[in-house]
Amino acid sequence: MISFFLRRLGVLIPTFLGITLLVFALIHMIPGDPVEAMSGERGMDSARHAQLMTEFGLNRPLPVQYVDYVFKAAKGDLGRSIVTQESVMREFLDRFPATFELSLCAITFALTIGIPAGIIAAFKRNSVVDYGVMGVSLAGYSMPIFWWALLLILFFSVQLGWTPVSGRIAVEYDPEVVTGLMLIDSLLSGEPGAFRSAASHLILPTIALGTIPLATLARMTRSAMLEVLGEDYVRAARARGLSPLRVLTRHALRNALIPVLTVIGLQVGTLLAGAILTETIFSWPGIGKWMVEAIHRRDYPVVQGGILLSATIVIAVNLIVDMLYGVVNPRIRHQR
Amino acid sequence: MALLDIKNLSVHFGTEARPIIAVEHLDLQIDAGEVVGIVGESGSGKSVTSLALMGLIDAPGRVSAESFSFDGRNLLTLPKRERRAMLGRDIAMIFQDPMTSLNPCFTVGDHLIETLAVHEGGSRKALRNRALELLTQVEIPDPARRMAAYPHQLSGGMSQRVMIALAIACNPRLLIADEPTTALDVTVQAQVLELLLRLQRERGMALMLITHDLGVVAETAHRVVVMYAGQVMETGKVPSIFTQPRHPYTEALLSALPENNIGRERLQTIPGVVPGAYDRPQGCLLAPRCQYAQESCRTTRPTLASPDAGSQVRCFFPLHTSGPKE
Repeated sequence: MISFFLRRLGVLIPTFLGITLLVFALIHMIPGDPVEAMSGERGMDSARHAQLMTEFGLNRPLPVQYVDYVFKAAKGDLGRSIVTQESVMREFLDRFPATFELSLCAITFALTIGIPAGIIAAFKRNSVVDYGVMGVSLAGYSMPIFWWALLLILFFSVQLGWTPVSGRIAVEYDPEVVTGLMLIDSLLSGEPGAFRSAASHLILPTIALGTIPLATLARMTRSAMLEVLGEDYVRAARARGLSPLRVLTRHALRNALIPVLTVIGLQVGTLLAGAILTETIFSWPGIGKWMVEAIHRRDYPVVQGGILLSATIVIAVNLIVDMLYGVVNPRIRHQR
Repeated sequence: MALLDIKNLSVHFGTEARPIIAVEHLDLQIDAGEVVGIVGESGSGKSVTSLALMGLIDAPGRVSAESFSFDGRNLLTLPKRERRAMLGRDIAMIFQDPMTSLNPCFTVGDHLIETLAVHEGGSRKALRNRALELLTQVEIPDPARRMAAYPHQLSGGMSQRVMIALAIACNPRLLIADEPTTALDVTVQAQVLELLLRLQRERGMALMLITHDLGVVAETAHRVVVMYAGQVMETGKVPSIFTQPRHPYTEALLSALPENNIGRERLQTIPGVVPGAYDRPQGCLLAPRCQYAQESCRTTRPTLASPDAGSQVRCFFPLHTSGPKE
């Protein structure tokens, strides 16, 4: 198990280097050079231009710049935002908890509904339930997320007035930042109503963001279950007089979870890298919204750093999923 | 009274309008402690019969029978829960491919303990000891270490031994073995078969041995049921069924055995194939492939007749009978 872990970890190093190379190249693919891009439409006199090029170290040879970049990135130094002059890492860490909280809620929502729905659809295959689950999930999967989010806002916030339209918490509450997760901070603040407000702000973004993962998981779980239910060991388990529930949950589900786990990993990775549409629509102060704003402002260090960090998160999540494979599937654990 | 008594069993797949007949008008009795060999080509309905017996025929499959009882209890009217409780406890089954019949996510011990816990219960420690004892009985060396092994760490023969341990865990009175040695190495086949027969003798359980190896049947079974295209063609005692087969199909199967072809250049074969789902002959199912077939064979189906006690034959012109028919 440990050697399995180390092997996976070893594979990560080239992957990570590849990403830094891409991100590094990004800044040099901008027409002109980064300083020119920075100066915007008004332009800049050549003396100032040359001064800034030296200041940013942009007139050194590219390989030197790259090595310098990788070493700095490894130490967590991703440069400063051109707009705010804040450290990119600092800005990221300030916003990540919001994205993390939303992603966690969305994936929980998707898992708790998607997997049982997929199991039921597989167990009752070709029944009304199956067709219902598959139809709804296909609709959910095909729904453009921005439109779906707007529909949710129109109906639940505007029409019914049940949930707030945007933000993480109502303005009258300002809980002290302890964990960065609003649900927990609002509870810790002890203010009555703060938690309620934070939770109600989470509902619509959770649904909007969780819909596609939910639909994907439901369909994936169903097909994985159907495949496993046709296996010899499922028939053999039934032949030993085990109850259908036990066969389903213990013998079939465990094996069906292996492919489903891959999908969960991919979804979690994508969610954590920031939900651009959802965060923008609900004014959710997370990574996705931050990146979009940085792109609009041509804040290249932020874009660069944001991409690198998001990619790192995706890699980390995939590593965790690989570890979980080993836990779920003994054949992987015992691979030599 | 027979332990297992099946009368007129039919298993159909497909739609009501266009059924695919897997088993048709099958009668089968097995007495306690008896070893019955079921032989026939692929597609003759051997496995479907055993799955019907286990209640493992899923929709769209349909099972119907005039009588379908085990130990005096009607399996068709028994509540689902009670029927299920009989599986693994009173009737157990082992399958053709042991490597895929064990759940890859669980250890040998998990499998055994789960089965014992479901049917018998008891403390974790007692169950573990029972499991160890079972592994010893199926001659698995170093059972304590094997308990923690996963299926992918076992050989085919070892897996089948584990399957057998699982099957005999609750002392069933009938063990169905569906081609238990087909997927195994030739060197292991004899050992596994020997093990099955030893357990059968020691425990006095009935054994329904499904195989297409007539040699195996000749050595092990008390009685043989020959199936073809979902019907019983002949039943008879060993060894008389081998020396004096009554049905042309049985005779043809025997003449295709390598040991009956010594000195010939080529093995004898039965021309043609088992009829498919939609081209079942109107008359005797074997008629198109039977060298003795007469005109009447092609138009009317023969019924299962009992020329003497302990044997049955579905043929208008049975062989080796002293009667006037020959």
